[in-house]
Amino acid sequence: MEAQTALIGHNRPADATPVKMATRDLDVSYGAIQALAGVELDIRENEVTALIGPSGCGKTTFLRCLNRMNDTIEGCVVSGLVTLDGHDIYDRSLDVVQLRARIGMVFQKPNPFPKSIYDNAAYGPRIHGLAANRDELDEIVVTSLEKAGLWKEVRDRMGEPGTSLSGGQQQRLCIARAIAVSPEVILMDEPCSALDPIATARIEELIDELRENYTIVIVTHNMQQAARVSQRTAFFHLGQVVEMGDTVELFTNPQDERTQGYITGRFG
Amino acid sequence: MTEFAESRGHVGTNDGAARRARRHAAERRFRLYGILAIVVAVSFLVLLLGSIAVQGYTAFTATQIRLDVTFEPEVIDPEGTGDPELWAGADYGALIRHSLGARFPGVREPEEVRALMALISSGARFDLRDMVLDDPGLIGTTRSVWLPAAADIDMLVKGITPRDVPEDARRVKDNQIAWLDALVAEGAVKRALHLRFFTAGDSRTPERAGIWGAIVGSFYTMMVTLALAFPIGVLTAVYLEEFAPKNRWTDLVEININNLAAVPSIVFGLLGLAVFLNVYHLPRSAPVVGGMTLALMTLPTIIIATRSALAAVPPSLREAALAIGASPLQVVMHHTLPAAMPGVLTGTIIGMARALGETAPLLMIGMVAFIADIPGGPSDPATVLPVQVFLWAGSPERAFAEKTAAATLVLLVFLIAMNGLAVYLRKKFEKRW
Ligand SMILES: Nc1ncnc2c1ncn2[C@@H]1O[C@H](COP(=O)(O)OP(=O)(O)OP(=O)(O)O)[C@@H](O)[C@H]1O
Ligand SMILES: [Mg+2]
Repeated sequence: MEAQTALIGHNRPADATPVKMATRDLDVSYGAIQALAGVELDIRENEVTALIGPSGCGKTTFLRCLNRMNDTIEGCVVSGLVTLDGHDIYDRSLDVVQLRARIGMVFQKPNPFPKSIYDNAAYGPRIHGLAANRDELDEIVVTSLEKAGLWKEVRDRMGEPGTSLSGGQQQRLCIARAIAVSPEVILMDEPCSALDPIATARIEELIDELRENYTIVIVTHNMQQAARVSQRTAFFHLGQVVEMGDTVELFTNPQDERTQGYITGRFG
Repeated sequence: MTEFAESRGHVGTNDGAARRARRHAAERRFRLYGILAIVVAVSFLVLLLGSIAVQGYTAFTATQIRLDVTFEPEVIDPEGTGDPELWAGADYGALIRHSLGARFPGVREPEEVRALMALISSGARFDLRDMVLDDPGLIGTTRSVWLPAAADIDMLVKGITPRDVPEDARRVKDNQIAWLDALVAEGAVKRALHLRFFTAGDSRTPERAGIWGAIVGSFYTMMVTLALAFPIGVLTAVYLEEFAPKNRWTDLVEININNLAAVPSIVFGLLGLAVFLNVYHLPRSAPVVGGMTLALMTLPTIIIATRSALAAVPPSLREAALAIGASPLQVVMHHTLPAAMPGVLTGTIIGMARALGETAPLLMIGMVAFIADIPGGPSDPATVLPVQVFLWAGSPERAFAEKTAAATLVLLVFLIAMNGLAVYLRKKFEKRW
């Protein structure tokens, strides 16, 4: 606990950051299984929000509500309010394809397209018409790879398939692919769970850098990681948000005894 | 390895060793059965291909007889008009008769003359006519010309029909054999590559029958089948797999497609007859109709292969594309379908290969007619390779048996080529990833 407290000292949130996304009274069920019940959560701009909680408590489900990826699951019913900049994203008139361009996602298992490294990063800008010509596209690709901290490693092998990279590199390529379309929010579902400690450290650094320009929501099973990278943390338990607050506060002084039990490793 | 096994062995005492021996024996037996099964399968295949090849390869050569033919102006152009139109209608058989008469002056009786003429293919006069039309300068000259022998003579020369049976059990009589032997003795008989087999259409005379008409007919039929079955099949599969809601209706459609794949092919022929011919009055015996009928038969194969190829694409690929804002159509066109392409192509080519070898449905729509002309387009009357095999197999002449086997060989070559193409395409598309 000592080491942890020392680590998390540096990242207290600024007080009045505006709310980027919010959920109110969010219920999600898969057929008969109720996965989320009455979730109310604010996600603040240019902050990293960590979602923690025991397996099966609904973190992934919550994350996938934020960019409507749950739409693709047969039998998944979402009710309640989810807003982005104050607008309901489940509104009928909203175009879900555009929404997903504004809210990027990085998955638990790196899933680069089976195309070249270049095409992986260029795919998003291409389909959204973000580059007027080849030069602009090249520039977008290079900047996103730079931001993802991958450029130096792949600059000479842009034509090779993305799947030929190492796991950590693949995950950074997926991050580059997500930021290439200039999203406002990036959702990450256990992005480091398949990576070794060095690759994990690299991605954590990256998340910290990205915070400047993006709003980030990250699911993690690693308490230290949540403490290291996030400003706010929400603790999920059995489909509900038990506790939500300043990361330092939550880890040093949890209000709920379930939170306390989880972060000290008594259950989960 | 052995040390480890022994150290394990004495823990479980003798029991363990016995069990291990039994397990190893079982594994050896299993491997042996597997090898046996493969040997049996391969030897059947070799037997099948070998017997076809042995029967068929002789059809690629044909016997020819050399004659000194005088291109008599009195026969070709009796009125001296110099009009090529009239030359075409001249009696070139007379030239052969005169030439044979000069070679065997003793043959006078009409009966005997007919027997002598029967040495040479009845189509040889057309060859002479074509020579004259190509080069009118031949008229008035005498040339030594290799003419195709009649099929019965060809069979005799190749040793397929025996000589040493009583005369009345033979189609080639004693006097004919004597003339033939005289010709052989002077080196006027040879076996040459039978190109005609690959360039001609069907014919009632075996030595003039070729397979090109059936190849062209098969080609047009396959093109129609591919043009219909590939896009419809792939689109159906994409819709069912990627877009359709899962409900009772789509379940019903799915079950029916699976059932269609198991329907005997002749049923599709009946359908083609009833709908395409009787209701829409499309031309009989035409590759369009054959192709449409075979497309119906091939569709379920393509749909099922495409669906399983699409289902095998990992969901993470779709999610990755969706999550950066690709529309469902873009996900399919840019990611899912390209990833499934090797499977789609393999399924399509296997379906097409089945269609290429299919006979029954085509019999129903009249593609079994005797057609001597090479089809000029998909709506001309035509036949296809397997039907040609079927037709020749049903002909009584001994010479057609050889053609049947040769046509089967050609069909097999096409099938092997298509399978090779499937393998090549799969390799090529897989390399891109
Ligand atoms: N596609 C689905 N169909 C049916 N039920 C699902 C589906 N996805 C998740 N669930 C259920 O919803 C609940 C929450 O699952 P979710 O994946 O959100 O948990 P999680 O917190 O992400 O767990 P983990 O930490 O193990 O990833 C679980 O009970 C799970 O069984
Ligand atoms: Mg999860």
